Amino acid sequence: MSHIHDMGGRLGTGAVAPVANEPVFKTDWHARAMAVTVLAARPGGWTIDASRHARELLPPADYMRLSYYEKWIAALANLLAARGLVTTAEIDAGQSLAPAPTAEIAKRIAPAEVAQMPAGSPYVRGAGPAPLFAAADRVRSLRPAMNRCGVAGGHTRLPAYAAGHVGRVVAQRGNHVFPDTNAHGLGEAPEPLYTVAFAARDLWGTEAQAGDEVMIDLWQSYLEAADD
Amino acid sequence: MSHDPTDHGPDYLASHGHDKAAPPHSHLPSDPALRVKTLETILVQKGLIDPAAIDALIETYSTRVGPQNGAKVVARAWNDPDFRAALLSDPTPLLAEMGLIGRQGEHVVVVENTPAQHNMVVCTLCSCYPWTLLGIPPTWYKSDAYRARAVRDPRGVLAEFGVTLPDGQSVRVWDSTAEVRYLVLPMRPAGTEDLGEAQLAAWVTRNAMIGTGLPQSPAQGEAAP
Repeated sequence: MSHIHDMGGRLGTGAVAPVANEPVFKTDWHARAMAVTVLAARPGGWTIDASRHARELLPPADYMRLSYYEKWIAALANLLAARGLVTTAEIDAGQSLAPAPTAEIAKRIAPAEVAQMPAGSPYVRGAGPAPLFAAADRVRSLRPAMNRCGVAGGHTRLPAYAAGHVGRVVAQRGNHVFPDTNAHGLGEAPEPLYTVAFAARDLWGTEAQAGDEVMIDLWQSYLEAADD
Repeated sequence: MSHDPTDHGPDYLASHGHDKAAPPHSHLPSDPALRVKTLETILVQKGLIDPAAIDALIETYSTRVGPQNGAKVVARAWNDPDFRAALLSDPTPLLAEMGLIGRQGEHVVVVENTPAQHNMVVCTLCSCYPWTLLGIPPTWYKSDAYRARAVRDPRGVLAEFGVTLPDGQSVRVWDSTAEVRYLVLPMRPAGTEDLGEAQLAAWVTRNAMIGTGLPQSPAQGEAAP
């Protein structure tokens, strides 16, 4: 059901291998991949949700083979091609074969905009449906974890490991832009976002320690009231 | 709601008539550095990216935006009970005042370690991370192993970082599935009672603010680089 990126709980990955004193960027191309991807989003006209989904759409074999910044660059190529901003002929040629539209060039990011702290874009919106849940309410996440906005195989931020489980609302975070629509150009459709606590034993069985919890940010339409 | 095939999703690989067997990314050169260079060259030639902005962005995350920012926040919280209380209740105005609101740090929530509860942060779906406070995430944070296992076996993962929690301390793992970014406020280490904010910040490690490490105390070892 889920795309390959949905890693939570997956078995067989081996140990985590932390490296002490790792440089911020291991190589020059890591740094440039980060910068080019960040800078392309505004002239490219896509949202953070669309760029995440482009990485999720990489074929599973590529997703597992490619390192982190390689995934970014592969997804960037696909986003640019889908928008008609870069053609496969240009990728083959390694150079531009036609200028970009002036409207897109006008949206280019200036050095001064990133020289200190690159400006963010808040995702909280004033508008949205009234909250259905409050702190301490018991809620059940919908199962299966999937896009319910009419996009087959589309983007969602409900992890598969947490689908169909009962948890406890610990906080209401306001109305947040809804990734399931926003990733597909279907509007921001903001709705209440909650942090929900799930007992680790409910998710993983007796392998987990009693009392441990997994806290997940979930949008209202991922949830229904749990009676028990 | 039906999906409009003329918009830009969901299947980038099939859009604009591309052959599904050869998606655009497969046209890139085989060498990763060349792949990046190819897209960078095309985007700069087209006028969509200013090369000086590339340099400025790399310089920013190499020098100005990194875990030293989060360490300042933690040290101040250790030293100032009013700041700590306000930080745990609503960090946004305080972080805005310190110039620490921006990309991938628009909506920060601070979670506090106590003798009864340890907190640890992951993003199982991608690699969401509080860039404004900790900078660019380390390789292990983006690894399949960490994303897969932090939620299922946090104590096993902690052991791989050399951390063993005392009996009776429960674990809360925060999966960053939305645009909320979590910062762990570790417990102040022993032996730092006489230190001021600037000296305290040296004992706050990046991993302690993710929850995969504990701050060292001056009695234990060296301060964070």
